Amino acid sequence: MTSAGLLQIASLTKTFQQPQGEMRVLDHIDLQVEPGEFVTIIGPSGCGKSTLLKIIAGLDTGYSGTVLLGRKKIERPSIKQGVIFQEHRLFPWMTVEQNIAADLSLKDPDVRKRVAQLIETVRLQGFEKAYPRELSGGMAQRVAIARALLRKPDILLLDEPFAALDAFTRQHLQEVLLDIWRENGTTMMLVTHELDEAVYLANRVVIMSPRPGRISRIIPVDLPYPRARASASFQAIRQTVMREFEHKGEW
Amino acid sequence: MDQTTVIAAGGTASDKDHVPAEAKGKGQGRTMERTAFAEKVLHNARGWILPIVVLAVWQWVGQAGLVSPTLLPTPVAIGESFVELTLSGELLGHLQVSTTRAALGFLAGGGAGLLLGLLVGFWRKAEAALDPSLQMLRTIPHLAVAPLFILWFGFGELSKVLLIAKGAFFPLYIQTFLGIRSVDAKLIEVARVLEFSRTKMITKLIIPAALPHILLGVRLSLGISWLGLVVAELMGSSEGVGYMIVDARQFSLTSIVFVGILIFAVVGKVTDSLVRYLETKLLKWRDSYKG
Repeated sequence: MTSAGLLQIASLTKTFQQPQGEMRVLDHIDLQVEPGEFVTIIGPSGCGKSTLLKIIAGLDTGYSGTVLLGRKKIERPSIKQGVIFQEHRLFPWMTVEQNIAADLSLKDPDVRKRVAQLIETVRLQGFEKAYPRELSGGMAQRVAIARALLRKPDILLLDEPFAALDAFTRQHLQEVLLDIWRENGTTMMLVTHELDEAVYLANRVVIMSPRPGRISRIIPVDLPYPRARASASFQAIRQTVMREFEHKGEW
Repeated sequence: MDQTTVIAAGGTASDKDHVPAEAKGKGQGRTMERTAFAEKVLHNARGWILPIVVLAVWQWVGQAGLVSPTLLPTPVAIGESFVELTLSGELLGHLQVSTTRAALGFLAGGGAGLLLGLLVGFWRKAEAALDPSLQMLRTIPHLAVAPLFILWFGFGELSKVLLIAKGAFFPLYIQTFLGIRSVDAKLIEVARVLEFSRTKMITKLIIPAALPHILLGVRLSLGISWLGLVVAELMGSSEGVGYMIVDARQFSLTSIVFVGILIFAVVGKVTDSLVRYLETKLLKWRDSYKG
């Protein structure tokens, strides 16, 4: 561990106690994420990708091995690790701007200003006073992203954030996310089971295999942004990722 | 010549298309407005049909002499008693005494219920220590403890207010407790990720999430306060709507008994409507089935 990676994971192992005995969900995971990187994690269900994200988020602490963020051990959730869940998880009694501010006061002019900026970033102008029930799934997820970004996280962890959305909304949100990443340089770590999404967004695609959850391969994606999904070079990388699963016969 | 006819025909055709379409649009808008209004009136009127029919039959039965007026006075006779009692100021006096009792009992009992509900909801040790005993007390009926309360606290205001408070305590206690414990664990996780302080966790997450339950508790507690009031005043008192009923019954003034019952019903309904109004204001974020 000589490199000054933002996130350093070394021989991370996680086991669940079950009636049938121990089940190893994560087996000796080694991974480093550099500041400003966009990493996607892909794998079939049960490969432990969500568990891995939960551990980095600090929501799951029963593991062995080391998980360091900025050289500090992750022991609990914090605003340094922003988390976006599959569901938007907005507070239903708060309006859009109140949700983004959450525990901070909108009376504070600084908070107000940053909330307004973020509403612009996630393209939700005009919906400041709307309640979550009045928003579409894609809009609600954008509010959740703004809420995490307001806290200026070192890393944004996204756990299949667009899985519940339709194809068009998903593509739109991918663009929004890439814009945010390019503008703010926030390190991103996104878990998905969508091949296209993984390749389209990432600098590196981390491929995991199940039982026990292991990193089977890491594929760098050296394509400039914005990327064309139909281009030969994109399709070539997509094929490489896909072949990795065909070998395992797990997809 | 051919050309002009074509143009003329074209012109009239487009005119025809245009004008009626507009007229149709306007006409439709007006009729839709009218039907919407009529439907609203009809919807509201629906609720009145049953009571009016019942009152009419009731009046007819009384006037025809089918039932003795001491058993069932006619609606008109009840109305006359009401006007008489109102004009003499008697009714207002009794009502004031009763509402004060109910309000005090509700504030004392409901307040304690809310506080203990919060305590037990937030603190598992308090739940273990208090909840079993409170659940045991909950099942004791008013009528069983009323004699004891009179024995301990006399016939005065204290025993009455305490009896009402005992009733008002439990709904608010149970609903507050339940509301706190049914906060979505996923939102708690979000609050942890966002590093909410303990205070913010309570004020920004748990209380708002529990509010629908707490307001339901307020409604139920208010309702029970009225029931407790009746029991307390019927047990023995020298003023209040309950006393008015007991007193009238002794002199077979059945129409006054009815006035008393009606007053209980009306005031109960008014307070309930107030809380429901509060609900629509405070819980406007809710997205639930409206029937």
